[in-house]
Amino acid sequence: MPKTNAVHTGSVLLTNDVGLHARPSVKLTQLAKRFGAHIEFALATAGPWVDAKSPVKVMRFKAARGETLHFRASGGDAVEALAAIVALVERGFVIEAEESSQPPQG
Amino acid sequence: MANVGIVIVSHSPKIAEGAADMVRQMVGDSVPLAWTGGNPEGGLGTDVAAIIAAIDRAWSDAGVAVLVDLGGAETNSEMAIDMLDSSRREKVVVCEAPVVEGAVMAATEASGGATLDAVRRTAEELSPT
Repeated sequence: MPKTNAVHTGSVLLTNDVGLHARPSVKLTQLAKRFGAHIEFALATAGPWVDAKSPVKVMRFKAARGETLHFRASGGDAVEALAAIVALVERGFVIEAEESSQPPQG
Repeated sequence: MANVGIVIVSHSPKIAEGAADMVRQMVGDSVPLAWTGGNPEGGLGTDVAAIIAAIDRAWSDAGVAVLVDLGGAETNSEMAIDMLDSSRREKVVVCEAPVVEGAVMAATEASGGATLDAVRRTAEELSPT
């Protein structure tokens, strides 16, 4: 993986009913783990930042509908990782395989 | 390499099965998973032979993480591991973690292709130190 110190950022509003609860936490962690990049998130750009690949830390993180999740990522596939994660949150944590069997999410 | 497998051992078959349901629904099918609970008489308890069978069902060459509830579940799981072939014994660990939360967290870690050691560390992050 090319070494880069560039930090990429993105933010997204939590719009699903339950916010970042148990099942969304697992999905976020699983998606983050598909990328080599170092990925963190927080409720404010000042932090505190949480490792998106840590199942326990993500599960402990409390975020409700209407709050904004801020992400930052660094490493070779940071841009792709951020795009995928922001898209997951925007879809209300519906994963792509599930989407095909469900009506489109508003 | 295949993902680490997860075995859930509880005195209560209902708890073991319910915890396994949570893993399947929350984490998905990418992790080998088996559960066992209750004694051979149908009461609350755990059974060494049933634990060995569960380890077989959840077997992965990457290893198997065992989540247990109380007392005998842990000692019987350790006994079951001792009875495995020496080549498999070193690939099975009992996690010091709460059974339901530990199973879901361990499976989440395992689903990303983590090593057995990383899976155990994640489950054990839940326990007070």
